[in-house]
Amino acid sequence: MIFDAVSIVLISAGLFFMIVGPIGLLRLPDFYTRIHAAGKCDTLGQGLILLGAIVHEGFTLTAVKIAFLIAFIMITNPTMTHTLANAAYEAGVPAWRKEEGR
Amino acid sequence: MISVFWAVGVVLIVTIFLCLYRVLRGPGVFNKAIAVNLIGTKTIVLLVIIGYIYQRPIFLDIALVYAMVNFGASIAIAKYLKRGTLA
Repeated sequence: MIFDAVSIVLISAGLFFMIVGPIGLLRLPDFYTRIHAAGKCDTLGQGLILLGAIVHEGFTLTAVKIAFLIAFIMITNPTMTHTLANAAYEAGVPAWRKEEGR
Repeated sequence: MISVFWAVGVVLIVTIFLCLYRVLRGPGVFNKAIAVNLIGTKTIVLLVIIGYIYQRPIFLDIALVYAMVNFGASIAIAKYLKRGTLA
């Protein structure tokens, strides 16, 4: 019972970050701010949701697999966003200035 | 607890469709690339949630493989956009 409550709280927190990420992706003005919203919100959101699944599961082989999945995404997702931001900077994608408006 | 996983799955599908707008209309190829990256991460979580809904733990293995394929694809796209070639 207490594990179900903890699991629901963790999954709700992760779902909040999962919703905030696409809103930032839609509303922010240029590429660099969008990549800022997308990378961090998505990494933390998936970590919290899968952690809630682990708490719901208990200590089994499935929980170990989900833990490996969390660790893998925590490493690879910042790597992907860093590589894309580096490629965009090398390609000369212009940054947003405050005077331009939206 | 199954109803909680159903709700999480439906909300995840709605957020995937929000990202799909940026894939279709995003100005420039980099916006499309980061939106595809975001959809890939959401799909991994959605696969785990589907495995809980239908009580099939085999979906976890699919999620692990999908995470690796997504990582390789994004790194390849970024490298191609940076250097103009994959060599």
